[in-house]
Amino acid sequence: MKGKTMKSPTKVIAIAAAFATVASLAACSTGASSDGKVELRVATFPPGADQAAYDAFAVQEKQFEDKHPDIDVIGVEYEWEGPTFTAQLAAGSLPDVFTVPFTDAKTLLENGQLGDVTDEITELGYADKFNPIILDAVTSSDGRLFGFPRQAYALGLQYNRELFEQAGLDPDAPPTTWDEVRAYAKQIAEKTGKAGYATMTQNNTGGWQLTAQAASRGGFLQSDDGTTSTIANDGVRETLQFFHDLRWEDDSMGDDFLLDWGSINQEFAAGNIGMYTSGSDLYTALVRDFSLDASVYGLTTIPMEAGGKVLGGGDIAVIPPSLDEATKDAAVKWIDWYYMQKLLNEDAAVADAKALADAGQAVGTPVLPVLDQATYEESLTWIEPYVNVPREQMAGFIEHIFEQTPVGEPKSRTQEIYALLDPIVQAVLTDENADIDALLAQADKDAQALIDG
Amino acid sequence: MTVLDERRAAPPQRPHPRPDTARRRDRSIRAWVRRGGLTTLLFALPMILVFSVYSWWPILQSLWMSFQKTNLITSQFVGLDNFVNVLSDPLLGRAVLNTAYFALLALVFGFPLPIFMAVLMSEVKRMKGLYSALAYLPVIVPPVVAVLLWRFFYSASPTGVFNTIIGWFGIPPQPWIQDATQAMPALVLEATWAAAGGSIIIYLAALLAVPPELYDAAEVDGAGIWRKVWHVTLPQLRGVIFIMLILQIIATAQVFLEPYLFTGGGPNNATVTVLLLIYRYAFENSLGGKYGEATALSVMLALFLAAASFLYFKATQKWSTD
Repeated sequence: MKGKTMKSPTKVIAIAAAFATVASLAACSTGASSDGKVELRVATFPPGADQAAYDAFAVQEKQFEDKHPDIDVIGVEYEWEGPTFTAQLAAGSLPDVFTVPFTDAKTLLENGQLGDVTDEITELGYADKFNPIILDAVTSSDGRLFGFPRQAYALGLQYNRELFEQAGLDPDAPPTTWDEVRAYAKQIAEKTGKAGYATMTQNNTGGWQLTAQAASRGGFLQSDDGTTSTIANDGVRETLQFFHDLRWEDDSMGDDFLLDWGSINQEFAAGNIGMYTSGSDLYTALVRDFSLDASVYGLTTIPMEAGGKVLGGGDIAVIPPSLDEATKDAAVKWIDWYYMQKLLNEDAAVADAKALADAGQAVGTPVLPVLDQATYEESLTWIEPYVNVPREQMAGFIEHIFEQTPVGEPKSRTQEIYALLDPIVQAVLTDENADIDALLAQADKDAQALIDG
Repeated sequence: MTVLDERRAAPPQRPHPRPDTARRRDRSIRAWVRRGGLTTLLFALPMILVFSVYSWWPILQSLWMSFQKTNLITSQFVGLDNFVNVLSDPLLGRAVLNTAYFALLALVFGFPLPIFMAVLMSEVKRMKGLYSALAYLPVIVPPVVAVLLWRFFYSASPTGVFNTIIGWFGIPPQPWIQDATQAMPALVLEATWAAAGGSIIIYLAALLAVPPELYDAAEVDGAGIWRKVWHVTLPQLRGVIFIMLILQIIATAQVFLEPYLFTGGGPNNATVTVLLLIYRYAFENSLGGKYGEATALSVMLALFLAAASFLYFKATQKWSTD
């Protein structure tokens, strides 16, 4: 008895503490606020975005809440990062609506880490409207849909108009072949002392850009069904040889060969790089997050060789698999309003463009249509008065992108295969005697082992 | 309360004592309470709880995770598969060699430097505080800032800071971290710069404990400065040096910050270390698919370091206490 009386207060405290913890966790997970509204945590911008971006978001948030008074939208700073995604998902700290790139969507949905939105997409009538190539990125092997493709891009050749001018090149006549890119790069390096051409090499982006540039030469990393590695092909070989020649024969790639998406953008914005390949929608991030002087920006299509295709990519608006019905319903309303309506509804498109333009945010950055080309081009006419990006500086891309054939990223173990290719790109750029054939043969073997799992 | 009640109820002398072991245990518990054991426990309890929740429990969890295939949402017991996968990874050998290379360079060039500096600084008569502060300055620079600063110094351009300096001596520009052979020594140089200040302060403190009479006696015997250092200072610092050495070995075996921030393991995997490989397993490629491999390699590294530390202490026990 004594023992029992001693234990019982402890038990009571333990039970009370457990109850309090569970109750507080439960309160967190239902997403219901005290005034009966559904609290919806939505992704906004990556860390580092300027205040104007948040001001524009606040306007849009208010517009949505006026339309849906039962939903309380809470903007959450968000940046897609594979490394922290699973931990955030497990810890329940992901927003209720966020975006992921096409590259990772298949892996995530096959892992059961994304919420099924098939019924919602069908109900909203979007299922038949999406570009089928793009919809494939969010479709599981049993035909279910796990997200709303909201934006697509093609890889383009970014260039610095000011460096072109300093090197005696015409910024309105960017290169159209890889040989021209090489010649222009050499001229920029010689005349300005800056890197004429650069490429990403780190954190899987080296593999990503190698894939893109090889695709433009007709070389692809995997068979169409993704079961066979074909890394050791002529397109990849020619791309590596191109890097080698620019680096070791022309000395036109500067001094830094450890660059990823962020650092190459930073160097470009600082005026240290003449040309590099990256997404066609990069302008927004370059100006918003890297303080690029808009007047020096130029964008054209990646040069295409026989059999070449342009690598595409994009973002998908998704929800975690664990949302309750009320929050899921609110999340779908937000996705439809914030991401989708502006693609096909004139009023929504104008309201979105106006809010962004009023806050000094980029409107009119070139993208690829996630619906059909005609709808996309029509939507551009709706928002024309608000377009504030220098589209004339992007004419090379805008006028020729629809002449190119898009291709998706490799289907199997995409990020892991990109990671395998990073050291190869680095080897070619840091070792004059790197044996390209031997490196590719080894990478091919390793990639096949990864695919076979 | 229970214990107090029992103590009150217990007669001063029992006619029929309980069996020996039970009595001994009872007495030892009472003695422990009388000595203030409960109060000690009460004071220690918050720390025990904090360590349990934030340190020991995660360690046990990660040990368990090394036998699982998990994406943190669903888990499956896979036995020793993770260990087999790690051991068959072609990059593991490279990472181990790179880590050993880093540790060796840090040992040869980085370890004696603070001892030398501390001895030198202890001989300075004026403005000792200023020299200590200057030596310690790099330690208070946030490590990320220090690496970014050094990345700038290491610019491979002929106009880079270090290349300009070596240019004054007629040495051509070097690629530094942009070259597979130079990258690791460059990382060690920065790591030594960043860590030396802390070690110098510890050695300076230890030098204060060396009795001045020993130097006087050595001087009477006709010893010069180097003989005094060799025969008095170093033997007197022996204990501290042994501890600093094992701490450095453990720290260098876990080097992560420099390769992660400077080179990301490049160029061409020349600076991939064991910890960077663990990070890559856990976070880089897999969207969460390789936590098992990451914890398996962590467990192997921890076991290796535990064994190495044990052997080290066994081997040096005699020397450091003589």
